Amino acid sequence: MHRLHLPYLATAALSGGLFGAGLYVSQMVDPLKVLRFLDFTAIPTGGWDPSLAFVIVPAILVMFFAVRFSRARAEPLFDTTFHEPEYQKIDRRLIIGAALFGVGWGMSGICPGPAISLIAFLPNDLWIYLVALFIGSYAGSALVPSGHAKRLANAQ
Amino acid sequence: MEAFSPLTATIGGVLIGLASAVLWLGNGRLAGISGIFGQLLPPAQTVIWRLVFLAALIAATFLASRLFPDLGVGGTEPAQLVAPPAGWSIPTPVWVAIAGLLTGIGTKIGNGCTSGHGVCGLARLSRRSLVAVLVFFGVAIITVTITGIV
Repeated sequence: MHRLHLPYLATAALSGGLFGAGLYVSQMVDPLKVLRFLDFTAIPTGGWDPSLAFVIVPAILVMFFAVRFSRARAEPLFDTTFHEPEYQKIDRRLIIGAALFGVGWGMSGICPGPAISLIAFLPNDLWIYLVALFIGSYAGSALVPSGHAKRLANAQ
Repeated sequence: MEAFSPLTATIGGVLIGLASAVLWLGNGRLAGISGIFGQLLPPAQTVIWRLVFLAALIAATFLASRLFPDLGVGGTEPAQLVAPPAGWSIPTPVWVAIAGLLTGIGTKIGNGCTSGHGVCGLARLSRRSLVAVLVFFGVAIITVTITGIV
C-alpha cells in the first residue's frame, strides 16, 4: 500500500513538525494567551491580546494558495485523490457541535491542536483533559449516523 | 495590550499554514487536528500516518521550546492549564474534564476544530466551516465573558 511508503509518512511527519513548531512559536500552546484573545471584555480597558488573529489569518492565507494550486492538479504527490469533505449541508449537527466545542474552548483556552502539543510540557491535569477529549470524541461518534462521518471527512 | 506579540504570532501562523499546505499537496489530507486525533480507533483504517503526524507535532513543539526558550510558556516559563474562575468552587480536574468532554463531542459531531474548520475550511471557502467558525468563536467569547475566567 502506498500509504505506508516512506514519502507519504515523511510528509505527515513534516506537516506535524511544522504544525507543532508553529503552535509553540505563536504561543498558542499557552491556554491563558488564547483566553486573552477570547476575552472581549478586555477590549475597552486595553487589556485585550489580538495575537490569535495574527496566527490564524496568515495560516488561512498560506493554505488558501495551496488549495488554489491543488485545483489545477488531479492528485496530490503521494496519494491518488484529494480527500475533500463532500458534505455541504449546514445542519443542526454542525451548529450544535460547534457550540459545544465553543463552550469547552472558552472554559479552558485549549483546542485539540494545542492539547496535543502541550504533551511536550505535561502541565498538571493535561492528561485529564486528553482522556476526556478522547472519551468525548468517541461518545460523539455514537451520535453521528453511520456513513455520515465518512462522507464528511472522506476519510478512508 | 496584554503581551501582544504580532511578529511571533505571524511567523507561527505561517508555519501552521505551511503544515496544512504540505499535508494537502503531499497526501491530499486536511490537517484538522480533531479529525486526526478522533480517528485513531477502529473503524479507522488510516491510523499510521495520523500517529506519525501527532508524534512529530509533539516532538517539534518540544524541540522549538529548547531552540527558542525565550518565547515564554513551554520555554522559560512552565506551561499550565488555567484554573476555574474564582468563586465557582469547582475543582480544576472537574472543570478540565468537562472542557475536554465538550470539545471532544463538539468537534466530532461538528466535524472540526480551529484547524480543520478555522484554517483548512476557511481556506477552502467552505460555507459549513464559515458557519462553524462563527459559532465556536462566538460561543467561546460568550463563555469567557460569563465565567470571567481570565
